Amino acid sequence: MTVRIIIFARLREIVGAAERPLTLPSGALVRDAWAALAAEMPALSPLETSTRVARNGRIIATDEPLHDGDEIAFLPPVGGG
Amino acid sequence: MSLGPRELRRYSRHLLIPEVGLAGQERLAGARALVVGAGGLGSPALQYLAAAGVGRIGIVDDDVVDETNLQRQTIFGTEDIGKRKAEAAAQRVHAINPFVAVDPLALRFDESNARELVALYDVVLDCSDRFPTRYLVNDACILEGKPDVYASIFRFDGQVGVFTRDAPCYRCLYPEPPPAGSVPTCAEGGVLGVLAGIVGAWQASEALKLLLRIGKPLIGRLMLVDALDGNTREVRFDRDPQCALCGAGATIRQAREMQYGEQEARDVEEIEPSELDETLREWALLDVREPHEIVLGVIPGAIHVPASELEARLHELDSARRYVVACRVGAKSRWAVQRLRDAGFSRVRHLRGGLLAYAVEHEDFAFF
Repeated sequence: MTVRIIIFARLREIVGAAERPLTLPSGALVRDAWAALAAEMPALSPLETSTRVARNGRIIATDEPLHDGDEIAFLPPVGGG
Repeated sequence: MSLGPRELRRYSRHLLIPEVGLAGQERLAGARALVVGAGGLGSPALQYLAAAGVGRIGIVDDDVVDETNLQRQTIFGTEDIGKRKAEAAAQRVHAINPFVAVDPLALRFDESNARELVALYDVVLDCSDRFPTRYLVNDACILEGKPDVYASIFRFDGQVGVFTRDAPCYRCLYPEPPPAGSVPTCAEGGVLGVLAGIVGAWQASEALKLLLRIGKPLIGRLMLVDALDGNTREVRFDRDPQCALCGAGATIRQAREMQYGEQEARDVEEIEPSELDETLREWALLDVREPHEIVLGVIPGAIHVPASELEARLHELDSARRYVVACRVGAKSRWAVQRLRDAGFSRVRHLRGGLLAYAVEHEDFAFF
């Protein structure tokens, strides 16, 4: 299946893009999407535990399943003010 | 609180909106808002709260105005450099609207005063710029039953949300802060000045809605602003049953400031800015700032390998050599030292506080 990844703030700087498609095996979970991205970019790993993930506009736990066509947003904490 | 003729004239454009009207404007005149942090977000928020006629506004900030603030902190002018932010901002609030009472609180918002301060106001705007303060504002607000109007910014991205006692809180959204040094502040990573204006004004709008009890507040919804692509998004989130503050088995009963960044500091050997000149007689300086940051100043003889390319360019470095690793403020360099250690470099230290701290002690070093 293919999902659309949307990336914010610090993560966007690391990944170098605001959006990208990601192909995953069927049955993949939210955390598998992160793992696939982090495998490409190890600099993401310090942010894993603090980044929240939204599926189709709702924040969910990382053990939730993904479906073809889902929009997955990675939301790292932002501290600046 | 009833309004006099001058106030009726001043607020006439509010009085024309049915959702505000005379009753709403009087409600604002009797309301109290606390703004934590008079910086990029606090600047627009304070100006709009003042102009809107919020009766009492508290401004907490222990910092002084610096020239690098003026690119986004529009409540200050050039003549305010060196003044206490709480006091300079209070003067501006008074100049905008003399009908507003201002409490300039030139102190640090910390666990000794958090709940006491929050309890004195009806709504709190988190305009701070560090994670421990954000958690402290949230905890104090939820414990005191006051709404926390939250916003944060980074480069082109902003977040806005409202946390209340009977709805998801900041800890439901972000149960834990990122590892110290992994998420840059505005001082480290930069921010588009006008983004602070957009997001801080939105934050003021949420605060005014709460005080007026109108509209749909951003409760359980996180507004995401992307100034680069020119769009906004919203993500919904629920209360976390495991939340340490508002969950069923909550363990947080007091507003305490979290320990942050100290564990990492112990793991990485560092040198003080005052030791750098001496150390560089025998050690090489590895500058891990990104290429666009180099224009802000360089130390002659430094080796440049941006932190983002470090993994790919390790072969350019010699693991038998001694390196002092430096960046702008000492966050990326700390991370880089850990990566170098993992890669077998045993003699690496990072410059505490970065080149910015070095520049403070060396006036002949031109650095911005």
